Amino acid sequence: MARATTKTRKAVVTIAAWMIGLTIFFPILWTILTSFKTEGQAINDPPLFFFFDWTLENYAIVQERSNYMRFLWNSIIIAGGSTVLGIIIAVPAAWSMAFVPSKRTKDILLWMLSTKMLPAVGVLYPIYLMFIKLGLLDTRIGLVIVLMLINMPIIVWMLYTYFREIPAEILEAARMDGASLRSEILYVLTPMAIPGIASTLLLNFILAWNEAFWTLNLTAAKAAPLTAFIASYSSPEGLFFAKLSAASTMAIAPILILGWFSQKQLVRGLTFGAVK
Amino acid sequence: MNFKQALTAVGVASLMATSAAHADNLVIATVNNGDMIRMQGYTDDFTAKTGHTVEWVTLEENVLRQRVTTDITTKGGAFDIMTIGMYETPIWGKNGWLVPLDDLSADYNVDDILPAMSGGLSYEGTLYAAPFYGESSMIMFRTDLMEAAGMEMPEAPTWDFIAKAAAAMTDRDNEINGICLRGKAGWGEGGAFITAMSNSFGARWFDEDWNAQFDTEEWANTLNFFNDMMSASGPAGFATNGFNENLSLFQQGKCGMWIDATVAASFVTNPKDSTVADSVGFALAPDTGMGKRSNWLWAWALGIPAGTQKEAAAKQFIEWATGTGYIEMVAEKEGWANVPPGARTSLYENENYKDVPFAKMTLDSILSADPNDSTVKPSPYVGVQFAAIPEFAGIATEVSQEFSAAYAGQQTVAEALEKAQALTNDAMEAAGYR
Repeated sequence: MARATTKTRKAVVTIAAWMIGLTIFFPILWTILTSFKTEGQAINDPPLFFFFDWTLENYAIVQERSNYMRFLWNSIIIAGGSTVLGIIIAVPAAWSMAFVPSKRTKDILLWMLSTKMLPAVGVLYPIYLMFIKLGLLDTRIGLVIVLMLINMPIIVWMLYTYFREIPAEILEAARMDGASLRSEILYVLTPMAIPGIASTLLLNFILAWNEAFWTLNLTAAKAAPLTAFIASYSSPEGLFFAKLSAASTMAIAPILILGWFSQKQLVRGLTFGAVK
Repeated sequence: MNFKQALTAVGVASLMATSAAHADNLVIATVNNGDMIRMQGYTDDFTAKTGHTVEWVTLEENVLRQRVTTDITTKGGAFDIMTIGMYETPIWGKNGWLVPLDDLSADYNVDDILPAMSGGLSYEGTLYAAPFYGESSMIMFRTDLMEAAGMEMPEAPTWDFIAKAAAAMTDRDNEINGICLRGKAGWGEGGAFITAMSNSFGARWFDEDWNAQFDTEEWANTLNFFNDMMSASGPAGFATNGFNENLSLFQQGKCGMWIDATVAASFVTNPKDSTVADSVGFALAPDTGMGKRSNWLWAWALGIPAGTQKEAAAKQFIEWATGTGYIEMVAEKEGWANVPPGARTSLYENENYKDVPFAKMTLDSILSADPNDSTVKPSPYVGVQFAAIPEFAGIATEVSQEFSAAYAGQQTVAEALEKAQALTNDAMEAAGYR
């Protein structure tokens, strides 16, 4: 009886998990399907699911109209640069908070997180003016700095959580063996925290890749990443859903593939410390 | 190489260096629509003629508006040319943010621009942006459904006729809605439509002292008429329908009538996308006999931000893109139906263009809208479906949200108007108008 109940429970949980997974994935699936339709098929009522004349026309048009590789390269540089720079700054910061806490450490952590509560548009003009003065408008380095800063609270928080799981005694032992602070962080702490650092890297790369407020507002022709590429196919006056879907699919494909191959690390990183 | 050849080589090299030094790279911000995308495809022609190169930044309309506004107000200099509309141009021109286009060449023939367009893109008589294409709004209707309903569309119908025809054409069993109109919140979506419609009912946004007028009978008549007609003959969920949703419904044969931008005529008559392409008729936007019709006026135009280092090249581009030569080039390569409409008088005098089915109605619609005299009672603002003041976009977005909530049945029309009146007066007081 108990065995039957367990089996039923397992089946229900599995079905529920699949339903939730498919619901979450459905918008992406629909975007991919729409990208292979004509504009007429894209707005068909009732919607066409799999049975329509599949076409690559939209991809050809998008490829012809836009320099996809330039947008892609900008996205890689901006997302990659901001993530790496963020990690370089956040590792020592998280180390100090995790292993040498002061009575204000928790306040600092909360204050860092509170910066995420400010609507981005509230600081658009000050940052835009600073970018003009510093000559950073429409540059990749400017976006690397901004995205690094806006993701910094999340990076520090994640690393702080991982570091707290590492016994402080190990670092103490390294110190007793004569390790300098640099050696302690580089050769003792970092190797032990590799899974956590990897998942932090991945999550922040995804966040930076998808960021669409600053990347649209601080770029023009030169540094625009894939978010601007998608925005160029959206229109309130004209039905371009199929082309927009093709552009969106091309923009999310690299990050989707990266996420697919690194899902184990991501899940491990995101649930680290949640269950003891 | 003798001395003469060497001298020639040096001369040619210097000439090339000189022309290269004068060749600029222009960064142009523009919207994503068919005409603008077509123009991007002809950029090589401009480069071949002038030596200047062009980089395009294409964005969705609302994103573009926010992006170029940020740049021009901070003198960011990210763009050399901006695509802007009739709303922004007079405000930016007044603030000195745009280069006046008062020295365009004689060949450009600035007098050929339709007066309604040049009037809406000027401040105190000076042109600040050149129209690439212009549009008004008109009725697009199904000739077969109208005939089946036993009615005949007049060239200039009244709203009463439209309501009756909509009811007669509605066939819920076959998913045919008599009329499809914008109800979606947003000053450029449902807000634009209801403002243009209110003009024909004798309503206005402000009296001459900038007091809100939503507590008047004219506004109540406008909103009640719209809501009643759409509830009886419109599509389900019309409160969230904008241009694209209605275009989709019309193209699939689910609308008897659609009143919207004249630019939509080329979409609904295109057999590639529209299932009803061969049975579409056109008429002027309706009125109530008070002297104003319910059509709007809009133009996408090219302006140069003040302070650009490439003013001369930017003017060359504007002359190329909005001149008659461009129209002729597009007509030759893609046909007259694909040229940018609504900007130049000479286009409508062209015998070839007269064969385009929606050409005359587009021109008539544009000519019947006057941004300087859009309301029955006097008003202090310029604009047909908007008031050209900086505060309007924010206020109208909130007002249209209240209206959409009434269409969706979340509040009554009276409540929506009451809230609109209060929030508009508050905003105008805060801005120092009252």
